[in-house]
This record gives sequence, structure tokens and C-alpha cells, in this order.
Amino acid sequence: MKNNQSCLNIVSAFKNKEASPTESVKNYLAEIDAQRELNAFNFVFSEAALHSAEAVERKIEKGTAGKLAGLVVAIKDVLSIEGKPLTCSSKILENFIPLYTATAVQKLIDEDAIIIGKTNCDEFAMGSSNENSAFGSVLNPVDHTRAPGGSSGGSAVAVAASLCDFSIGTDTGGSIRQPAAFCGVYGLKPTYSLVSRFGLTAFASSFDSIGPFGKYIDDVALALEVLAGHDPKDSTSFMSQPADYVNDLSARGEKLVIGIPDEYFSSGLQPEIKTEIEDVVSRLANAGYEIRCIKLPHTDYAIAAYYILTTAEASSNLARYDGVRFGYRGQDSRTVADMYKNTRSEGFGTEVKRRIMLGTYVLSSGYYDAYYKKAQKVRRLIKQDFEKAFGEVDIIITPTSPTTAFKLGEKTTDPLEMYLSDIFTISTNLAGIPGLNIPIGSDNQGLPIGMQLLASHFCESKLLQLGKFIEKNIL
Amino acid sequence: MTVKYEAVIGLEVHAQLQTNTKIFCSCSTKFAAEPNTNVCPICLGHPGVLPKLNEKVVEFAIKMGLATNCSIREYSVSARKNYFYPDMPKGYQISQYDKPICENGYLIVHPKNGKEKKIRITRIHIEEDAGKSIHDQGDHTLIDINRSGVPLIEIVTEPDIETAEEAGLYLAKIKQIVQYLEICDGNMEEGSLRCDANISIRPVGEQKLGTRSEIKNMNSFRNVERAINYEIKRQQELLEDGGKVVQETLLWDADANQAHPMRGKEEAHDYRYFPEPDLVPIVVLDEMILEIRKQLPELPEAIKNRFILQFNLPEYDADTLTQSKDVALYFESVAKLVRDPKLASNWVMVEVLRILNEKKCKLLDFSVKPTDLAELIGLIEHNIISGKIAREVFAIMIEDNKKPGQIVREQNLTQITDEGMLKDLISSLIQKFPGEVQQYRDGKDKVFGFFVGQVMKESKGKANPRAVNNLLKDLLK
Repeated sequence: MKNNQSCLNIVSAFKNKEASPTESVKNYLAEIDAQRELNAFNFVFSEAALHSAEAVERKIEKGTAGKLAGLVVAIKDVLSIEGKPLTCSSKILENFIPLYTATAVQKLIDEDAIIIGKTNCDEFAMGSSNENSAFGSVLNPVDHTRAPGGSSGGSAVAVAASLCDFSIGTDTGGSIRQPAAFCGVYGLKPTYSLVSRFGLTAFASSFDSIGPFGKYIDDVALALEVLAGHDPKDSTSFMSQPADYVNDLSARGEKLVIGIPDEYFSSGLQPEIKTEIEDVVSRLANAGYEIRCIKLPHTDYAIAAYYILTTAEASSNLARYDGVRFGYRGQDSRTVADMYKNTRSEGFGTEVKRRIMLGTYVLSSGYYDAYYKKAQKVRRLIKQDFEKAFGEVDIIITPTSPTTAFKLGEKTTDPLEMYLSDIFTISTNLAGIPGLNIPIGSDNQGLPIGMQLLASHFCESKLLQLGKFIEKNIL
Repeated sequence: MTVKYEAVIGLEVHAQLQTNTKIFCSCSTKFAAEPNTNVCPICLGHPGVLPKLNEKVVEFAIKMGLATNCSIREYSVSARKNYFYPDMPKGYQISQYDKPICENGYLIVHPKNGKEKKIRITRIHIEEDAGKSIHDQGDHTLIDINRSGVPLIEIVTEPDIETAEEAGLYLAKIKQIVQYLEICDGNMEEGSLRCDANISIRPVGEQKLGTRSEIKNMNSFRNVERAINYEIKRQQELLEDGGKVVQETLLWDADANQAHPMRGKEEAHDYRYFPEPDLVPIVVLDEMILEIRKQLPELPEAIKNRFILQFNLPEYDADTLTQSKDVALYFESVAKLVRDPKLASNWVMVEVLRILNEKKCKLLDFSVKPTDLAELIGLIEHNIISGKIAREVFAIMIEDNKKPGQIVREQNLTQITDEGMLKDLISSLIQKFPGEVQQYRDGKDKVFGFFVGQVMKESKGKANPRAVNNLLKDLLK
């Protein structure tokens, strides 16, 4: 079976016995092997996946199979799966085997998805190119000399290179949407708190979101439907019943009002991306959507606020990797202080260390007010910008990234340059709203161009509806 | 010219809450379990875990707040206190910082100088305990995570305390209240109640505070008072010698009766507090406070005043009897069953507490129930036995687990109140000791006691003392 079907079609093919999960798993395993050089996976669970496939087949036989019956899924290696390695692409978690499964992953398993492996990513999800990984860089399948984006590079590539049916990534400042844009797939960052974070290795707790990558908008909707929902283990998780995302897709809602923020189309944006997006927007206008210019005046402060707040949280979240109870322990230490120092110096990569130091600094006594507190205020202002905008429009359209996929190694020496590649995705996480990358075309080098749709908190259905309309009628 | 100094002391008390499960996970809080058995990925701080606040902890903290006259914040915020320690799995402790659950309370204590003293409570906040490092196992330090995540409240005073005595009284009051509320067992030796003191001194009349030191590791009431007195004296001598107090943390060494500075960087902490992003703010509605207030048990101060009014007890008795909730309840049960509550008070304060102390026994496990003691006191009140015999009966009650009436019957201990019998006895003694009779008649009153003793001896202690007194006075004339 060629895997250019939507997930819903694949599931019904399995249920109608037109195809079998075991065959599908075998095909994907062969494909993963054939495209090993992409380095998309940290771990592949061949045997376990085949085993699951058989179990799912029995369930299909009995008619008890779940919504994701037989779909092959790749999970970013920052999510915990009981008995399977969890590394966060870091040396510091070398040989760590978790004792429990993340709620999000468990929900997929409960609906009979088959976990084929764990994908490569930037270390502790810190990075925009997937070059900060103890497992080495991931290659962009469109052009192997280019970065796939990050931090969920492996998950984006796994979908783009047809190594799975859909995949799961995490997004703290653009880590789903930017690699989705670079690799030309759909990637959804849900509203903060819509998907339980229990079992997601924390980078920045008040920003981290778990979301899906898919080849089709329907795939993303289906995955979200399974992932979303309250989890008593996550006190910050949303209490209400999530929407019926798959059904909502086919519901032709009222005509949405679309906003275009000036601030996202300024200098620094690759001209072809601008042209492509303008093209899509004008076609939407022709299709009867109302287009309005809007303002998001505090956009300029987003990167600064983001790097203060996320590094502050990260400096604390990453304190537990001390070599005392699990993971890597530094060599030849005489004292406890030495052990901490050696463990963390040897175990963490450069970017992670940089962020821990930055975060420690902004929280330290005498600097807290000037940095952390001020950044919290900026965060509120950015949130208010969006609240105001969503008082006028239903969806905001922006580029996902200022450029298409850059060359591997191009930005690794300049962290600030690297941070700027998330300039259009970061505000979303500061505000906690959902964002969706839609692949809308390619530049003159054939590299995918991504367009970002943003909506107000918990308005994923609107994002998916407009995404569906664009997928079906505009592209 | 000698300068007179006064001490300025603030206390930080940690109380381990007696919840069944830990503050952020469902592990048991049971004390003295096998090391590292009450643990799970959450209290081990494994990657990806999230805390889930135990609501009982909030309830207990509010109880303590109400019992110490605090106001309860409608909106309080958990915060991370960041520092590295091997027995602290996450590299931070979840505590509260600028928005604690209880604020602005106070307690009143009564020092011996007779002036009542108000000690203000700045705040009470909720936090998690760390694990335990075990250092005495050869070259290694072993870590037990069982205690990690056991809920604590920290009760912080204003620097209102001036003497070790006040500190001791305050601490005793805290212990008494947590025990009455049944939120903490108050055991300092086992570490379920812990106290740190911030101490500085200044010349009397000076408004500015002196440099303070902090003393930790005072694991008994006695040590708290000793350590404070030690430190006041140390600072005073330092200043008198022209020295300066440095801000430092000292560890109390009870064996050496000294405090030693904690070495190294451990005290140079910058805790980098920030709001805990994994927990939502704790919202306490007025209804919840009302509900908890309704369930609040009668507190020691109120019971003490009631005992004074209801049972006409001296303040000393009421105070002693209310030190512990068990004793107060026990006394009250006895007092309600007898004619003379003061007699009940004497019995509980003297005999019962002595036995409990000797046997290191808890009142709950004590074999003499309030009804038994009341029966015994009833026998005294009805002149069936004397107080002296009653103490013997009491000892037998404890030994043989028998009822007092039964013991009196079986051992024929009933008091002799029959005047005829006693007269015969006394007459025979007058004949037996003519010399002593003469001495008494010559005005040597002391000899009276000799005859009482002899009557008691002959009657095996069963003679009614009052009757003996009256008859002796008559017959010796």
C-alpha cells in the first residue's frame, strides 16, 4: 500500500480488510531503514510495533479497535513511554528508561495507534534546526544539505519522508510549526493546556504544548481529537470537554474574518514567502472571506520576553539532571559539588548550557524585577494584543518562518540569528493560543513555504476549518 | 560603662502534616518505612512528571491559620525555591513565596514575669519536605526519598520574641495547637516539628536591628531554649569584646552544648524563587473557610478558660490539663463523673501523668479508662477508702487491669469509719504508749502524728483519717 492516503482512509482500509497494519508497519520499517541517513529516529521499535500491529488486527477482527486503529505513529523523544528509552536527544539521559507513559502517548495507544519509534529533536527541545542533538543533525528530506527545522525536526521529517502515518512533536516557541514549514507538512500547536503535559519532559512549563504533524489537515484533526482533553495528572490542563475536531472539519461554519498583521510582513521576510501568502490571501478574499489589516503592536518585544521566560523556567526544570538518581553521572568526582559540575558539564550540550545560564541569571536576586518580572508584563501585553485582534477577526494569517529551510551549519555559530528564525511563532506561545502551519508552495529552489494560521484560545476548530478550505479549494 | 543588650528573635517552625498521602503524589507518608519504598516517578522527580496538589494540605494549612488568628488569602501561589541538594530530587522545592496561604496572625504566651506577650505570625505557607541524606554509611552518602514530598507548613514569626523562655512558650503553643488540630504529631525528636531561630541583639533603646545569625538543628524544646541562650550570650560577648556579629547559619550541637557555623557555600543561596508554572493558584473561597472554621475543634486556650469556669479549677491546673488534647479530654470525662473536679484534676495531673511518663505510654493506650478513675475517686468521695489506699488501688488497677470496686472488695480495703471500732483501737494504743500520752498532754503536739501513724498501722491504713483525727483529739485530752 502506498501511504499517500489520509489517516481516516487508512483506518477504514484496515477495518475493511483492504490493507493490514502488519503490512503497513513492515513497509514503514523498510522505509525508515532505506532513509536512515535522514537520522529522523533516535529509536525504532521494530518488534514492539509488529507486535502491536498483530494485537490491533485482532481487535479489528473483533470490532473493538479504536479511532487510530493500526496507524503508525512516531513520537518525539521528549515524551515518556514506559520501558522505552527517553533521551531528549541529550547525553545526560543516556540509558534512561522511564517507569510510566505520558498521558498524550497513552491516549494514542488507547485508540490503537502503533508507536514505531522515537524521533530525533534538538536537545531538550531547545533549538530551531535539530542540530543540537546528541544523536546528530536530522536532514531535510527535500534537500539533504538543509536543516529540517526544530526542535521537532525528526517528527516533521518522519511525516515528510513517509516514515509514519502521523507524528507527535512539541512546540514551546515554534518547534512544531517551523519544522512543519521547512519540511512541507501540516503541524499544529494546540492551545496551551488543551493537551496534557504529563509525561512531556519540561523545557518551559508555561509554554510547552504537544501537537501533531500530518500530511493532511484531516490527519492533524484526527490526532488532536485523540490528544485533547482534561487530565487529572496535569493541574494546568483544560477542564472542559474539547471540541469534535474531525466532525467540525466537514461542518461548513460561518465565513471567518481573517486578519493580516503588518508586523509579520516586514523586512527580513523572504520575498517569495510574502508573495505566496499574499496569493493565498487574495484567493481567500475572492472566495468571500473578509480580510482585515490588524495590529499586534508588541510583536517586537516577543523574542526578548520569550528568551527570558523560557530560559528561566528551563533553568529550574533542568535542575533535576544532577547525576544523583538517574541518567548520566559525571566521571571522577570527589565531592557532591564536583559530581554536579561534571555531570552537567559533560551531559548537557552547548545550547542547553547557554539557556540554563541565561535563565539562572534572569532569576537571580537583583535581576528578577528587571528581567523576569518585566518579561511577564510583556507577555501580558502580547496576550492582550491577540485578545484585541481576536475581538475583530477569527483567524490571523502570518508566515510561519521568515525563510525557507536554511543550510545545515549556517546558523550554528550565531545563536541570535538562530533565535530569530522563530520570530513569527514565538508570540503564539507567549499568548498560549493555537497555531497551524499549512504548506502552501515552494520557493524557486523547491523548498517548502509554510503559512501560519492563528486563532483565539481553544478555537482549533476554526483553524482546522479554514485549513481544510485552503487545502481543498485554494492550493 | 556597660551596655545593656536585648535580644530580638524570630522563629521559623516547620510542621509535617499528617496527611495519608504526599503533597503532590499519592505515595504514603508513613514514617520509618523501608528506605525508598514510598516513592513514585513524581516524588523521584523523573522527567515529565507534574505535581498535583493534595487538597487536604490546603485544608490543614487553613486550620492552622485560623487557629493562629491569621487571615487566609483568597488567592495564594506556589513558587519554586531553587537549589541543589542530593536528597531534593527536582533541584527545587515547591513552596510559596510572596503569596502564602495564611498571613498576619498572632499567638499570646504567658512568661513567668506575668506580662502576657503577643507574638505576631508573619505567614504560614505550604511546602514539600525533602528526602533524607544518610551520611554514616562508610564512604558513601545514601539517600532515602521516602520523605520527599511529605507535606509541611512553615510558620514564620515576626522578630517579636525577646527571650529563650518566650521562644519555648511559643513553640509549646504551636505544638499544642497542631496536636489539637490533629494536623501534625508535634514530635520534635522525630523531626515532625522543626524549629529554626533568627537571633540578633541590640543595645536596649536602640531601634535598629543588629546583624542576625540563624540557628538550625535544635531538635527538642530544651535545645531550643539552650541554643537561644547560648547564642545571645555569644553575640553579647562578641560585641563586648569589640567584635562584630556576622550573618551566618549555625548548627546546634546538643552534645557539645554549642553552635557551630555551617561551612562553605551552603548558606550563600540565591533561591531564585519564581511562580510554579506546573500548578494553578490556590483559590480559597469564603465558604470553604467558613466550613473549616465550623469543623475547628475547641482550642486549648478556650478549653482552659472553660475548665476554670466550669470546674472551678485554679489556672495552673487548667493550664497543665490542656497541654495535650488527650489529657484534657480524659480529665473532662473524669470530672463530669465525680463530685469534686479539683480532686479529679489532682488525680489526673499527679497520678495519671506520672504513670504515663514512667511507662512512656500514650493516654490512648492507657488501661485505666476515665470511668475507672471516676469510680476510684467516687470511692474516696464516699469515704469508702482513703486517698492513700486509693493510690494503692490505682497501682493494682494498672497492674491487674481490674475495676477499683472489685479490688477494694477482694482485698477488704474498705475504710473503717465505725467509731466504736476506732475508739477500741485508740484506747488500746493509749494503754500501750503511756509515755507518749503524757508527752502529748504536756504540750508536745508532734506526738499527735505518732498516734495517727499507729492507728493507721494497726488498721492497715483503712481507718478513716478524719474520724481518727477527731477521736484522737477527744481521747488524748
